[in-house]
Amino acid sequence: MKITNKIIEKHGLKLEEYENIKRLLQREPNLLELGIFSAMWNEHCSYKSSRLHLKKLPTKGKQVIQGPGENAGVIDIGDDDAIIFKIESHNHPSYIEPYQGAATGVGGILRDVFTMGARPIALLNSIHFGSPDHPKTKSLLNGVVSGIGGYGNCIGIPTVAGETKFNATYNENILVNAMAVGHANKNKIFYSKAKGVNKSVVYVGSKTGRDGIHGASMASAEFDENSDEKKPTVQVGDPFTEKLLLEACLELMKDNSIISIQDMGAAGLTSSSVEMASKGGLGMELELDKVPCREENMTPYEMMLSESQERMLIILDDGKENSAKKIFEKWDLDFVIIGKTTNTKNLTLKFNNKIEGEIPINALASKAPVYDREWVKKKPTKEKINLKDLKKIKIEDALVKILSSPNHSNKSWITNQYDQSVMCDTIQKSGSDAAIIRIHNKDKAIAVSVDSSANYCKSNPILGGKQIVCENWRNLITVGAKPLAITNCLNFGNPENKEVMGEFTECLDGIKEACEFLNYPVVSGNVSFYNGTNKKNIFPTPVIGGVGLIKKLFKPLGHSFKKDKSKLILIGKTFGHLEQSCFLKENYSINKGMPPEINLLNEKNNGENLLKLIDKNLILSSHDVSNGGLLVTVSEMIFNSNYGAKLHKPKKLTSLCEYFFGEDQARYVVEIDENNYSKAEKILKDNNIYYEMIGNTQKDYLEIDGELKISTKDLFKVNNKWYNNY
Amino acid sequence: MRSSVIVFPGSNCDRDIAVALEKMQFKNQMVWHKETKLPKSDLIVLPGGFSYGDYLRSGAIAGKSLIIDEVIKEANAGCLILGICNGFQILTETGLLKGTLLRNKNLKFINKDVHVKVINNETKFSNKYKKNQILNINIAHNEGNYFTNSKHLDQLKKDNLIAFKYCNEDGKINESTNPNGSLESIAGIYNSKKNILGMMPHPERMVEEIVSNKDGINLFSSLLS
Repeated sequence: MKITNKIIEKHGLKLEEYENIKRLLQREPNLLELGIFSAMWNEHCSYKSSRLHLKKLPTKGKQVIQGPGENAGVIDIGDDDAIIFKIESHNHPSYIEPYQGAATGVGGILRDVFTMGARPIALLNSIHFGSPDHPKTKSLLNGVVSGIGGYGNCIGIPTVAGETKFNATYNENILVNAMAVGHANKNKIFYSKAKGVNKSVVYVGSKTGRDGIHGASMASAEFDENSDEKKPTVQVGDPFTEKLLLEACLELMKDNSIISIQDMGAAGLTSSSVEMASKGGLGMELELDKVPCREENMTPYEMMLSESQERMLIILDDGKENSAKKIFEKWDLDFVIIGKTTNTKNLTLKFNNKIEGEIPINALASKAPVYDREWVKKKPTKEKINLKDLKKIKIEDALVKILSSPNHSNKSWITNQYDQSVMCDTIQKSGSDAAIIRIHNKDKAIAVSVDSSANYCKSNPILGGKQIVCENWRNLITVGAKPLAITNCLNFGNPENKEVMGEFTECLDGIKEACEFLNYPVVSGNVSFYNGTNKKNIFPTPVIGGVGLIKKLFKPLGHSFKKDKSKLILIGKTFGHLEQSCFLKENYSINKGMPPEINLLNEKNNGENLLKLIDKNLILSSHDVSNGGLLVTVSEMIFNSNYGAKLHKPKKLTSLCEYFFGEDQARYVVEIDENNYSKAEKILKDNNIYYEMIGNTQKDYLEIDGELKISTKDLFKVNNKWYNNY
Repeated sequence: MRSSVIVFPGSNCDRDIAVALEKMQFKNQMVWHKETKLPKSDLIVLPGGFSYGDYLRSGAIAGKSLIIDEVIKEANAGCLILGICNGFQILTETGLLKGTLLRNKNLKFINKDVHVKVINNETKFSNKYKKNQILNINIAHNEGNYFTNSKHLDQLKKDNLIAFKYCNEDGKINESTNPNGSLESIAGIYNSKKNILGMMPHPERMVEEIVSNKDGINLFSSLLS
């Protein structure tokens, strides 16, 4: 078959990229080879637009065992325990087929974690939808939530935390990011680097079908009006088989049979074989007629590009084939030796004893294109909002409006669809700042949280990038964990657009600065470009997933009030920053100005000292102040508790709205028993931490002197209203 | 007391129940579904999960698995059998318990802590509970909506075979306290000899204060007494 321009374009390759392929091969590729290049060179697999910029992220630290570049990141939590985690996007497939798209997103990220030898112990997700009024939103939301639940519930890994947000920017391109966290013995971690020549290359797991062919290429292009036709490129998930694969792999990993192992994710057999060979500086020869197929008459092209799920590629040590095979037979999974490692440094593909394709590995990996795309800086906006120009609003009305909005209303109708308790180690479920998962059979735990702030990032990518890292860090602090490391999922628009590329590089600058300052390195991640439809790009939406350590387990505080008449303090300074706030958005539909300033020094000091208070068992509950400001934070502490609160009016700021709804950073509301108050105060004073007494807890009402009085029951009702009417 | 936990492909609460049993000093063994012989056991547990993926009716394939013939034999000989969640579904598929578990009335998977009332506290499984004691216990299922014919329902009532009913924290039983649409808010039932208990809630998830509460413990200590 002659490779025409049309075929090249259909494979998502640029003509100059095709010329490059010919140069590397020193001949024209055949269709199979072209397909393989397209799978490896697309944005999703090659990171060609992002690679240059990702280099600047801090990835090292005493706690880091393995940074980016492997299937997932690995950190050390002491006593030979390692935590392996990563977040990944499945945006494009989920928009086309929400249930399967979301389900396979979960399945894929789980494999990334257990392929390294970890037993997955927690799942998280960050999902973004268009406006609730958009005709597609409701069915997309339902499909995605059932898909996430369907996969996680069946495989039996608790889905413990997440965020669901609505914004018209995602009307035509939703975001579905899934994070998996696993636990392994630090001395038993498995990597993808191939070693040794003539070693058996083994295919295990599900059979290969025609699903998902060109999935990664689909995820590397914008949507248009014909996107629905791409349904066949979405993979179909089978959590049952994944459960078997998980158990079989972990069983095989008990001894020393495995040299290297890699899951077949995006670009399936192609990317797994190329990555293993490339990392080991070896070649690989595959006999494709041996690949277990689900459908008849599959061609080498289809086998190499299929993204059928629940499959792994393993390189076994000599003589281990029989014992390994027994394990997979026990679990009723396919186990077939489909090839061997070679010293040719080529990917050699045979079918019926004939060489159908042969490509130098480095042409697919290290020589894949890298682009330094044009980008422009975002000009900081000078827009200021003067409350005096706006219609006056009562505090109570403003609060009710925010708490009953889709973004702030109670989301238990989502989290109740996820099994959060299976494995019996979930100490703190969703609904707090972070979830807490005990390390099985041990007296310690990890805390996990995912966060994003697309509005802030759109307005000012540098500040926005910094802010998410800080918020994520705070969320771990409030549950008493020492934040250790993050994974990031960078969801952006079309990188060929210089504004989008600018948002990308500047968000990374912000993330980098905050991570460096907080010693909070990035150990894994994923970039998702081309989120947009017909040239309309989504807001820049980096999502941060953080992991922290609780060295000695204690009954979790949670963020709901514990007692009547305990004291409430606010750690951190309040300036009353209303630009980009929920208050203006929900009450006035104003989306203007800069996001709040970030002072990393205050961030660090305030957080570390709150952690001291928690360690010394001096507080009853704590909650970080984020979207919505102080009054929303206090309201959230009232839900699920039997208590309300009485708050004082501020002494300095003139506007109550600024004080109660401003979104200044580095702040926490802390509930302290009267008897511990002076001890807590001393620690804060000794460390020069700014704090103020804001009031106390009380029964039945949320109250501000002379300004607001609303019963806690009504507050709860308001917060639960939206979904019931949706 | 010797216990056996049957592990089907797709079981996912097998470890949880094993941990709970061992914590309560049971001598526990895991039994793979392809086995054709059961170790000598005083208690056999069918754990929660998605046996064989539950792509067919929940529990249908497990109800025909190799090991299940042995379980049925032991059950008929009087061995104590506990089926939790998927295990309850499997028991109804084998016919060891009558009735069936339909999809939840809201057609969604439900995971939350609910309240159940101990209706019969005079069995091998429940003698450490007080009558009408209210437990706070976790449910996690898609098909937990118990249904049976009126003749069997009459028998369940007459012979005191209803183990637990969903209720609120004050013990009230009505439609609003019924999470999944179960007939008469039934959360668990016994067979007529009361040596088999099937229940949707997960007692093995309620054995530690730091994780949840200890409301499940008395089920296991009842068995030991």
